[in-house]
Amino acid sequence: MSLAPDDAQTSRSGADLAPDAPPVLAVERLTVSVRSEAGVTPLVSDLSFTLRRGETLCIAGESGSGKSITSLAIMGLLPPPAVRVTGGRIRLGPTDLTALGEAGMRAIRGDRIAMIFQEPMTSLNPVMTVGTQLTEAIRAHDPVGRAKARSRALAALKAVRLSQPERRMTQYPHELSGGMRQRVMIAMALALRPEVLIADEPTTALDVTVQREVLDLLRDLQRETGTAIILITHDMGVVAEMADRVIVMRDGKAVEEAATADLFARPAAQYTRDLLAAVPRMGRGAARAAVAAAPVARLADVTVRFPLKGGILGRTTHHVHAVEHVSFDIRKGETFALVGESGCGKSTIAKAMVGLVPHEGLIEIGGSPLATLTGPAMKALRRRIQMVFQDPMAALDPRMTAGEQIAEPLLIHGIGDAAERQTRAADLMGRVGLTGDQLGRYPHEFSGGQRQRICIARALALNPDLIIADESVSALDVSVQARVLELLRALQKEYGIAFLFISHDMAVVENISDRVGVMYLGQIVELGTRAQIFGNPQHPYTQRLIEAVPVPDPALKRPATARLSGEVPSPVHPLGEGPARVVLTDIGEGHLVARP
Amino acid sequence: MAAYLLRRLLQSLLILLGVSFITFVLLYVLPADPVRQIAGRSATAQTVENIRRELGLDQPFVVQYARYLAGMVQGDLGRSYLQKTEVAELIASRLPATLLLMLGAIACELAIGLTMGIFAALRRGTTLDHSLMMLSFVTVSAPQFVVGLLLLYVFAVKLGWFPIGGYGTFAHLVLPSLTLGILGSGWYSRMMRSSMLDVLRADYIRTARAKGLSRARVVLAHALPNAILPVIAMIGIDIGIFMGGIVVVESVFGWPGIGQLAWQAIQRVDIPIIMGVTLVSACAIVLGNLLADLIAPMIDPRIKLK
Repeated sequence: MSLAPDDAQTSRSGADLAPDAPPVLAVERLTVSVRSEAGVTPLVSDLSFTLRRGETLCIAGESGSGKSITSLAIMGLLPPPAVRVTGGRIRLGPTDLTALGEAGMRAIRGDRIAMIFQEPMTSLNPVMTVGTQLTEAIRAHDPVGRAKARSRALAALKAVRLSQPERRMTQYPHELSGGMRQRVMIAMALALRPEVLIADEPTTALDVTVQREVLDLLRDLQRETGTAIILITHDMGVVAEMADRVIVMRDGKAVEEAATADLFARPAAQYTRDLLAAVPRMGRGAARAAVAAAPVARLADVTVRFPLKGGILGRTTHHVHAVEHVSFDIRKGETFALVGESGCGKSTIAKAMVGLVPHEGLIEIGGSPLATLTGPAMKALRRRIQMVFQDPMAALDPRMTAGEQIAEPLLIHGIGDAAERQTRAADLMGRVGLTGDQLGRYPHEFSGGQRQRICIARALALNPDLIIADESVSALDVSVQARVLELLRALQKEYGIAFLFISHDMAVVENISDRVGVMYLGQIVELGTRAQIFGNPQHPYTQRLIEAVPVPDPALKRPATARLSGEVPSPVHPLGEGPARVVLTDIGEGHLVARP
Repeated sequence: MAAYLLRRLLQSLLILLGVSFITFVLLYVLPADPVRQIAGRSATAQTVENIRRELGLDQPFVVQYARYLAGMVQGDLGRSYLQKTEVAELIASRLPATLLLMLGAIACELAIGLTMGIFAALRRGTTLDHSLMMLSFVTVSAPQFVVGLLLLYVFAVKLGWFPIGGYGTFAHLVLPSLTLGILGSGWYSRMMRSSMLDVLRADYIRTARAKGLSRARVVLAHALPNAILPVIAMIGIDIGIFMGGIVVVESVFGWPGIGQLAWQAIQRVDIPIIMGVTLVSACAIVLGNLLADLIAPMIDPRIKLK
């Protein structure tokens, strides 16, 4: 199987796009509704589009826009019996899918229309080998023997460029990384050469460098097979890189449909314009004067290792080297960002800083070393650092009102009486853009963005010096994300709070941070001001991270990059061994880079 | 693996030691006097004292317990006060019947419970689901002897399909196993239903359906192995509950197992037998749990024994 050249995107010819041929898939005035006690509510209304062979159509929109429901409707996988197609038709060639029964749909699913999902970690059956899951997909539609199906499955794994495909066949999903699992999903979807592939946020849960590899792979496979792709995404960067045409959806309706270049150059609908404006873009961060204040937190040579036990006596045999010899400081009023991919140790540092995991080395908060503090002194210190987490729904107690949760830190630290705490909670609600009369509501009564505001208000309650924001905006829609970032900036200006901003999203980091530390396998490989890191990235890993970010500009020609199908090495080492220590050298004006 | 087994077996020994101690204490402080039972009402104070000395029951608690332990490590569980037979022999002669009944009961329990649970989950919210769950509630709350007698009456007395009681052939095994199985099936059906509902919502089930697999394959090959995991852990725990049920069911069906042995021993305050049966039951529970833990990784490769 030949690999396509790297400039696949720009050299897409009209050869496999046949504008005059009848569409592979036509959705005509599709309406999907949910039936509940409140009556019948449309989730998707009056949606029409067509899809041609070899074409990539992106359906873009924020959560609740109906984009995933549309894909499930095409697959005939809407959750029965409440949600169903209540109007319109879906035609695959001459066949009307909405008129087919379950048996008819089953013959089409996986064979002529295949789908890959957002969560590669949970989308494969954990108790079945990769090989079995692949072969059963083939045998469900092709009456071939076991051996034949196996060899085809192997070929499919090779086509998605998975390393050691023979070995992968016998492995279980948990033995593979997220990127590898998504490749398996793609192999499974494309093994039978479907006419249509629906990819529902296929790279959202993946690290940015892995996302790049998977997107490249999808594009190459499409060129070889001519499969039409419906790509569902919230990420306008992905849209710009992948799509031929785009449908922007909002509240179940198509707001705009246009060719990709037109959409980005001349968005017609107001909502599209707002959406594009909210997308964080690299190179847009406002320049700010360097902060030269005293540090609120200082880390020197911090190491966090977790023991792995084994043997009859349960003694420690290995360590997970989560954080190794990390040093940096955070100054008053600045935003220090830690970036890196999953498992690089950035969240472990946050936990160590609030004393949730034991550490070696020095962590100093406001001048006092964390390790020496006990009891009341530790409690007093906790007032100075607060955290805001990724998933606000999980970070809030579903059985406590917003007001109770915002006032709880005050209660724990014995500040004020009930009335004063109530007043303070109302103040804070106002400060984060909610209103005091929402104090009595429960978390499920708020939207995702509002919930994160409540978490921020809770973090502000004790007037901390430092707020650790661990992927705090990653789960939010772009328009909400933009407003929350704006709020964080305003709060920083008003109160002089320092932020430790932990994120995997380079564009967001570029927008909000003053200084940046890039982490890889538990160590910082590059550290400097935002201008240094993004303007003059020196370490190959930093460069790779920045290059991998999809850019929301279809006109941008991406330079051909070396395809790294890199799996990050394991941070687990036997007792007494460890990763090679990274030594940072100053290449000028405090820009620290790891020397190879 | 070998290291894991060794460690688990060592832990099991500690558990058995603890069980033996607690049981011994309980029987020691028991107000009933075994010597009175042996000697009979007409015995003189001298005879009672002699028997007491003979059995070593005049010794302080620590000495009695130490003697018992010393015997236990050599496989000597003492002699029955009344039957004068070795307790180990008595138990060994009765154990096969009880183990057979237990196997039969577990088979019935799983067959009935899992089927009910799976169908209830697949037909969630329907009349079938509601009726099955109602039924499971009835079986959980029904007393063992009632179910046992009812089955006896219908299938043995009225229909004559199975023998009324006793031991020996497969036909003898059916009704007692069914009694225990029906009673246990309520727990399993509820557990299986909720486990199955969780699994049916999982992403990989959606993937399996998106592949175009048949409904049967999605349920049997994808959902079932995942849903059954918590149930397997339950079987290990369940053996303990069984031991209680077996005492009653063996009496109802005249099944010559250790349940009956225990029942008679309790009535006569035959302490060595009570001790022995308790220890054997504890062994069964410990081994059952170990077995469940060993089976789990065969189904779920993510579980590592360590």
